[in-house]
Amino acid sequence: MKLDPRIPSGPLEDKWTTRRNGVALVSPANKKKSTIIVVGTGLAGASAAASLGELGYTVKAFTYHDSARRAHSIAAQGGINAAKNYQNDGDSTYRLFYETLKGGDFRARESNVYRLAEVSNNIIDQCVAQGVPFARDYDGHLANRSFGGAQVSRTFYARGQTGQQLLLGAYSALSKNVGAGTVQLYHRKEMVDVVVVDGRARGIITRDLVTGELESHAGEAVLLATGGYSNVFYLSTNAKNCNVSANWRAYKRGAGFANPCYTQIHPTCIPVAGDYQSKLTLMSESLRNDGRVWVPARAGDNRSPDQIPVSERDYYLERIYPSYGNLAPRDISSRAAKRMCDEGRGVGPGGRGVYLDLADSIKRLGHNVIEERYGNLIEMYERITGEDPYQVPMRIYPAVHYTMGGLWVDYDLMSTLPGLFVLGEANFSDHGANRLGASALMQGLADGYFVIPTTIGDYLANSKLPKVAADRPEFTEARQSSAAFIQKLLAVKGHRSVDSFHKALGLILWEHCGMGRTKESLTTAITKVRALREEFWADVRVPGEAADLNQEIEKAARVADYFEMGEVMCRDALLREESCGGHFREEHQTEEGEADRDDVNFCHAAVWEYAGPDKEAIRNVEPLAFEVVHLAQRSYK
Amino acid sequence: MKLTLHIWRQKARNDKGGFVRYTLADVTEHMSFLEMLDVLNEELVVKGEEPVHFEHDCREGICGCCGAVVNGEPHGPQKGTTLCQLHMRHFKDNDEIWIEPFRSKAFPILKDLIVDRGAFDRVIQAGGFIAVRTGSAPDANGITVSKEASDLAMDAAECIGCGACVAACPNGSASLFVSAKLSQLGLLPQGQPERMKRAIAMIRKAEEEGFGYCSNYGECEAVCPKRISIHHIARANCDYHKASFTVWQGTGGKAAR
Repeated sequence: MKLDPRIPSGPLEDKWTTRRNGVALVSPANKKKSTIIVVGTGLAGASAAASLGELGYTVKAFTYHDSARRAHSIAAQGGINAAKNYQNDGDSTYRLFYETLKGGDFRARESNVYRLAEVSNNIIDQCVAQGVPFARDYDGHLANRSFGGAQVSRTFYARGQTGQQLLLGAYSALSKNVGAGTVQLYHRKEMVDVVVVDGRARGIITRDLVTGELESHAGEAVLLATGGYSNVFYLSTNAKNCNVSANWRAYKRGAGFANPCYTQIHPTCIPVAGDYQSKLTLMSESLRNDGRVWVPARAGDNRSPDQIPVSERDYYLERIYPSYGNLAPRDISSRAAKRMCDEGRGVGPGGRGVYLDLADSIKRLGHNVIEERYGNLIEMYERITGEDPYQVPMRIYPAVHYTMGGLWVDYDLMSTLPGLFVLGEANFSDHGANRLGASALMQGLADGYFVIPTTIGDYLANSKLPKVAADRPEFTEARQSSAAFIQKLLAVKGHRSVDSFHKALGLILWEHCGMGRTKESLTTAITKVRALREEFWADVRVPGEAADLNQEIEKAARVADYFEMGEVMCRDALLREESCGGHFREEHQTEEGEADRDDVNFCHAAVWEYAGPDKEAIRNVEPLAFEVVHLAQRSYK
Repeated sequence: MKLTLHIWRQKARNDKGGFVRYTLADVTEHMSFLEMLDVLNEELVVKGEEPVHFEHDCREGICGCCGAVVNGEPHGPQKGTTLCQLHMRHFKDNDEIWIEPFRSKAFPILKDLIVDRGAFDRVIQAGGFIAVRTGSAPDANGITVSKEASDLAMDAAECIGCGACVAACPNGSASLFVSAKLSQLGLLPQGQPERMKRAIAMIRKAEEEGFGYCSNYGECEAVCPKRISIHHIARANCDYHKASFTVWQGTGGKAAR
């Protein structure tokens, strides 16, 4: 597998300008002749489809939802970063770049991260112009707040619903183009395969989720904006339908899958309540601006929180990381919470929880200010747990939240399969081994609004792309193999539900490939996942028919892919003999229990290549070259 | 707790459909309403029966996918709460619960509790946006907006497009949905150039899609999971009437009716 990142030459701060000056352009008259297929209508997909439609390309956008406003980008709460320096607190493009790269534990490409920081300001401008109601100060200017891993206030927000407002902004831009006829939008259609003709991605197969019909769509390029794979763990903060299938099918058609072991465990989620639990709910990291995290100082202290005097509490983040305190990055905060619980100092049922306490801020700022800042989050917590955070500290525990790994892309966002581009969380490019808060929204919109509209033209102008019709044998083959896959699932007619297998898979992975990983746990996980996968194909029950609205088929197909993906994730974690960011190998830690990176042997992206059914995937490597930044051990003390 | 459920089952759009009775033991108070349905579906699947189909995704009250009429109320008995955030502690042992889809002429049923809300999208496509090309925006702080206007716009912008307002309205009106978008964009300076055109386009499109008129029942506000106020309907109507006198639409300079 050839991994050429195609990073432009020249100084870091000029690379994006150099690239933009150098790309081949498609003339306005010719854009219409190119059909671009966009899969997914979250932040990255909707913003890309809208921007490409405006440019004059023929755009076909696909969503498995009933509307393009439902993708999980909508659930992002806290905010979006940009290097505007409106607060005059010393922010700059370089600083945003450096903190994002450092936050990712120096496992991302310098050039991509710098570009992200560079276009971050344009995103805020674009969104405000669309009518996104960001929070404002009394003077009418935009407000900012702080987020984990940063020492400046650069996060823009819309109450606790920033993702919703940004997605609705992108959705409105997309809707405008649909109304104008420049984008054709397909609802309730799930991509089930990528079609490759003469070595290039030239189309997709979709399943109509109402009729079950498999359909072919041909084009000159395919964009995947299909999100991450957190749901491989079953319980995560992702929406129930989030899945890895689009990416996995693309992987099986030749796209390399990079760093699957980089998964982010978010420190502030509502703890698990019972085995019926269907998903976990995030409490925004922004709460850590005003909330203090603590556990009882003594193990086994079962008193209710109001009975524990301050002197017998351990505000452990403030104690261990005095300069960042409660705003230490996510991976570090999550592991600290786990350590406290492992020491027997956890709170709540089962002892898997720590307190996030707003009491001091309520005393200092008043009930109203806290309500204005976090009212909707506090209400959500109360609905789920039946407890009132204005009176009792919230209980939180880490949960899987985001995946930094994804399909490998070059600087132009093209995967190893020519003509297949990957945007947003679905790619691996910008967050290294750990993503900082408020950076996912930034990346999704950077890719969709500003990067892909520039880089895709270069591919289209420089490639010979004879028209292909959707009745070519490659399309027929892909359609038939998708139909056979569905029939195979229906034919098992076993005794166990898809969900029961998914839950079992999630437990294995959370236990053995979660916050802490060892050689032994990962080896065990691989054996267990394989055995469970065999059982799945022997005993799963998928009721109903293929030619119908059938949610069990949708789930079964996704879980089948998770089994394969989960195994590659464990192998990736096994072979990365170091700790970095969200990947914590217990064998590799410093004396203080922090991640011990190995820059000599592992300063690279690991890119997995599909080798065929029942063959072990092949690990390839893209070395990471750091020209500007000096690799340092992350310190937030 | 033990529950008796009466759930609307309908195989497909043109199928007649009807209520089917199920009993469910061992429901705990910490379950969400949808988790309770998951437990029922698990039982059905293991028996080889088709599970109850319902739309859902984020399960944290923001995506707008979920929704059903529970004992006559869209999203159930708890105010300001989507169905996924409703927890079983609001029910008691031996309760009987009637569950049916959001019903409206403009929302045809696809299967069981799933309806087609595509009409909402088409209303937005008709004008629910501020047209700004990617890349042509001025500096974000170049446009100042008073905190009051911004907060009010945000109140309206919280709409999740679930359709409960339509299901609750005796007229099947989408006025709350339409006015929330008109209000959000109409309150902001960025939204002024298209404000009148937008009001005409969206309100007429809603009518064309088969939604009814507003006659101030206020049921929509009562069931809205985001507690969006019917004040927005007043603001939208005001714009619509103003627009009817001021928008020129190929009429040779005369005001359109």
